[in-house]
Amino acid sequence: MPRIVFAPAIQRHVPSPVHDVDASTVGAALGLAFAALPALRGYILDDQGRLRLHLAVFVDGIAIHDRHRLSDPVGTTSEIYVVQALSGG
Amino acid sequence: MKDRLLVATRKGLFILHRLGDGHWQPTPTQFMGEPVTAVLADLRDDTLYAALNLGHFGVKLWRSRDGGQEWEACAVPLYPPQPAAGTPPPVPDQPPPAPWSLQQIWVLEAGGADEPGVLWAGTLPGGLFRSADGADSWALNRALWDRPERSRWFGGGYDTPGIHSICVDPRGSRHLTLAVSCGGVWQTFDGGLDWVCTTTGMHADYMPPERRDDSAIQDPHRLAQCMGQPEAMWVQHHNGIFRSIDGGHHWHEVHAGPSSFGFAVAAHPQQPDTAWFVPAVKDECRIPVDARLVVTRTRDGGRSFEVLSDGLPPVPAYDLVYRHGLAVDDSGERLAMGSTTGGLWISENGGDQWQCVSARLPPIYCVRFG
Repeated sequence: MPRIVFAPAIQRHVPSPVHDVDASTVGAALGLAFAALPALRGYILDDQGRLRLHLAVFVDGIAIHDRHRLSDPVGTTSEIYVVQALSGG
Repeated sequence: MKDRLLVATRKGLFILHRLGDGHWQPTPTQFMGEPVTAVLADLRDDTLYAALNLGHFGVKLWRSRDGGQEWEACAVPLYPPQPAAGTPPPVPDQPPPAPWSLQQIWVLEAGGADEPGVLWAGTLPGGLFRSADGADSWALNRALWDRPERSRWFGGGYDTPGIHSICVDPRGSRHLTLAVSCGGVWQTFDGGLDWVCTTTGMHADYMPPERRDDSAIQDPHRLAQCMGQPEAMWVQHHNGIFRSIDGGHHWHEVHAGPSSFGFAVAAHPQQPDTAWFVPAVKDECRIPVDARLVVTRTRDGGRSFEVLSDGLPPVPAYDLVYRHGLAVDDSGERLAMGSTTGGLWISENGGDQWQCVSARLPPIYCVRFG
């Protein structure tokens, strides 16, 4: 089952434990994490449901391509890392 | 007089209380390290609100019901889904229109005394939001958002347009006057159902001549209203200082030395002819004129201005005071001023003398009594 990990900078605002999520895309994985932690959504996505400008998501070490619809696939053993981009200051 | 001062900075919220000996005592800093872009003390129910703009994680809004000791997260304004069909195609060589996504809460204001729980939020990229329940929820004012003139708004101070000033008429809460950088001065008389842009008399010399008087591109840096005589309004505009004595329907320019350029204005709460400004060199330079930080005050409706500097730092001083960096309390005697280089000053006598509370705060975005 894919695993989703939120960087420590996010934990500072919303404690977010590692989630094992039954999902096949980044968007579905995040959706399951948000279902468990509704307050987390606004920290990760903007008003239109897009990945915030100064965040990055990696799947097995590769930055995702679709920051709008979050359609990048994840495998059954994938690790998804949600981290802050240094561009955010 | 108000004995509590809220200071919103690039690195947290500072709350100061005035002691009996006249000194201002800070309480433990709230939101340390986080940019606090707007703050409000809602005196109707003694609730504090602080808007944060986290660099990575977006805009957040917090409130405190115990004077700032304990805070709880509340709802932030959310823009509705952006219709793909209604999005105009990109114009070559022009910046794309801003996405419908909250970038910053630039100003928070309480509704009228007859509207408990009503809050207004002015935001980047230009949406006005209303809460009817003390920030448990928000709704975008679509009547203003959908005005066709909004397509002519553009960023001033930021990449996208923003609402930075909201004046709720003390005679009737359904009358709002707000200011947009850069998008003019807008008024509603029916609680936000209909809007009219009221900038007659303003001019924008930064535009091509044929657009100089265009109402929807004016850049009022800050709008202030005399609460005792609400027909009297002041605007520190990009092109100078403008005053209205008919509720903003008509404006006339007044001239102040050493400069009519600046960002902040504070209007006396009872005396319609009195207002304060913080002059700077226009327009690219944006430092105090001759590196001398002063406050200007008019007490005759803008016919003349006094230059006040007693207690302000000696030359050279490069403090710039942003739109919300100057405030007056309900007495009209106590003022606070906070600068981009972290200077905080208070006057107890209408600006005649100032005391430096701190010269080393983080960059100050907003000061408010309450």
